[in-house]
Amino acid sequence: MSNEVVTRADVCAAAIADAFKDDGEIFGSPMGLLPMLGVRLAKLTSNPDLVISDGESVFLSGVPPLFAKGDVVEGWIPFRRVFDVVAYGKRHVMMGATQVDRHGNQNISAIGPFAQPKRQLLGSRGAPGNTVNNRTSYWVPKHSDRVFVEQVDIVSGVGPARAKAAGAGASRYNDIHRIVSNLGVFDMGGADDTMRLVSVHPGVTVDDVVAATGFALDIPADHSQVATTREPSYEELVIIREVLDPKGLRFKEVPHE
Amino acid sequence: MNKPRDKQMTIDEVVASLEDGMTIGIGGWGPRRKPMALVRAILRSDLKDLTIVSWGGADVGLLARAGKIRRLVYAFVSLDSIPLEPNFQRARQNATIPEVVELDEGMFQTGLKAAAERLPFLPMRAGLGSDVLVNNPWIKTVTSPYDDGAGLEELVAVPALKLDVALVHLNRADVHGNATYLGPDPYFDDLFAMAADRTYLSVEQVVDTAGLTVDTPVQRVLLNRMMVTGVVETPNGAHFTNCVPDYERDERFQKAYAAAAGGTDEDWAAFEERFLSGDEAAYQAAVQAFAEEQGK
Repeated sequence: MSNEVVTRADVCAAAIADAFKDDGEIFGSPMGLLPMLGVRLAKLTSNPDLVISDGESVFLSGVPPLFAKGDVVEGWIPFRRVFDVVAYGKRHVMMGATQVDRHGNQNISAIGPFAQPKRQLLGSRGAPGNTVNNRTSYWVPKHSDRVFVEQVDIVSGVGPARAKAAGAGASRYNDIHRIVSNLGVFDMGGADDTMRLVSVHPGVTVDDVVAATGFALDIPADHSQVATTREPSYEELVIIREVLDPKGLRFKEVPHE
Repeated sequence: MNKPRDKQMTIDEVVASLEDGMTIGIGGWGPRRKPMALVRAILRSDLKDLTIVSWGGADVGLLARAGKIRRLVYAFVSLDSIPLEPNFQRARQNATIPEVVELDEGMFQTGLKAAAERLPFLPMRAGLGSDVLVNNPWIKTVTSPYDDGAGLEELVAVPALKLDVALVHLNRADVHGNATYLGPDPYFDDLFAMAADRTYLSVEQVVDTAGLTVDTPVQRVLLNRMMVTGVVETPNGAHFTNCVPDYERDERFQKAYAAAAGGTDEDWAAFEERFLSGDEAAYQAAVQAFAEEQGK
């Protein structure tokens, strides 16, 4: 392998993989390219017990490169069974998010008022069900104050504060685990169930993150206490670059600086 | 011999049996195995004020653009390779669909299940804490009578999604309405059929009953004839959605559709004129010409 520098996309892939490393034998369910890369990286390194799918209808025994056909299949997971597993709970989904707010609510439904949106998006998809049933994380490839807003326009994915307000039926299995962006890693461990900065990626400052976030993050007063996201290991870089994503598709989501 | 009845119909007979204001469920999933030939026939009809219940793709986009929808029940509308459906976006942003019910996609299944089981509702967690309940205040919660360790939990009482009619497209059927799906995913076509008073089934090919399982495991017979009212053979009838293994999604056509839908009124008028102004045979001929023109 050449001695090229570690890219931001590689750091993001490893950070996403870390979000799945302690999950054990559950269905790791990535939405989108970097989450797929990260989940497969986790399966090849920190969590070989992870169950992965082709994103379509089968569980894969092997770990094929992004968008390649898997050879050995180990199960059947059509949409109806995805819903079964959501309710069963042995699943960690990493979704995208058009908006995420201070309280970890997510919006993929529409921008503007629901009755007549300024911009209609996908619809809420499975976000309301995911967030009150199984572990849920979010991936944001372009961190900005348009994505990270004080309050989302429409609540698709439910954050911990709203889940608690809705009662045990909602909060019992609500588990917003990580939010990974191109600038850093976050969780919901801030005061009053708010978003907290866990680490900034190498080359990113806390001030960069603050400037690109549309609400007050929970951050230690002494910025030097904020950790730096780890760089991927040599083994992980080989897997990312030569096994899972030799075509460099990850750079479409997280370009070189 | 005492054979069950032959339910074969034409596309036009199916659509002639539909009425204004009906609640119609459309099977498949997003841009996958949609009964598009039947949807196109609705576009050509005078039907109006429909309630459409669909995990939506271009079926919803086309019906919305044609002004056929009074009430839309959906969890998403997407073309997958083109994430946002331009005709649906346009309809929502111009508020041309009078009533809009956005559900979680699992709630949608639960609602169909309730209807299929002739229950008024089924309980579920999905929806709690989200704006699904804010934007649909008619969807109520119910308190569990049982304490399994978290107190008497309040859960969503997902209302039954009862359908007047279900439209579904599968790979093969016999003339009686027994039908197989040959692709990777049954989607929820059996649930749509059981949630509906009447189900019209279009298929790539009608075969005799023995032919359904001659080279196919019996587990792939998704629909039993007791769930089916009418059977229509519509080769390439899911176009431009996929109907694997008979055919993949027509991505080039979908791109052209999305460009026209997201373009000017003239762009859309030209698309309609070319592809949607005639009957199903004319549509298929125009699609064939489009494919040849694209150098297929």
